[in-house]
Amino acid sequence: MTKSKLVKMVSERVSEITKKDTKVIVDVIFNSMIDALIREERIEIRGFGSFRVKNRDARCGRNPKTGVVVNIPKKKTLFFKAGKEMKERVDLRKAD
Amino acid sequence: MTKADIIENVYENVGISKKESAKIVETVFEIIKEKLETGENVKISGFGNFTLRDKDPRRGRNPQTGDEIEISARRVLTFRPSQVLKRMLNN
Repeated sequence: MTKSKLVKMVSERVSEITKKDTKVIVDVIFNSMIDALIREERIEIRGFGSFRVKNRDARCGRNPKTGVVVNIPKKKTLFFKAGKEMKERVDLRKAD
Repeated sequence: MTKADIIENVYENVGISKKESAKIVETVFEIIKEKLETGENVKISGFGNFTLRDKDPRRGRNPQTGDEIEISARRVLTFRPSQVLKRMLNN
């Protein structure tokens, strides 16, 4: 499913909002989540999962092809952890 | 940030009621969950992809007792942030 399909499905279910407005709202939702992550704020969506940003220190790595040592600068990485309900709903064993 | 903060953001930025904001935000996450539950991956351009991975059964150990146990086959949910989001975090 893509974002446009998501917008279509949401607007079909929430009849009081037009499809055009739904598209704007879906963008506001993800943009506000992006803004929080840029502030390094943790996001927790109950029943779905949580997002958090971790800081990775700079380290030395190697080009695996040439063996040349390269400096890998420090960076921020994003992690997602599925919540308990989501884990259970996704797992095949529960389906049968 | 929680779902309540996202609802507040929608309410402040879009000209709709708080009740409608809450309904839309709830529906967005519910549809994503439903799709993942049926085994469909979800791609949100500019944000990232939620991908399902099927894991084979494997032997593991109870770290407390050391007993060997069988870890059953399972399906797990992973998230890969988009290149755009990665760049925004590190700009």
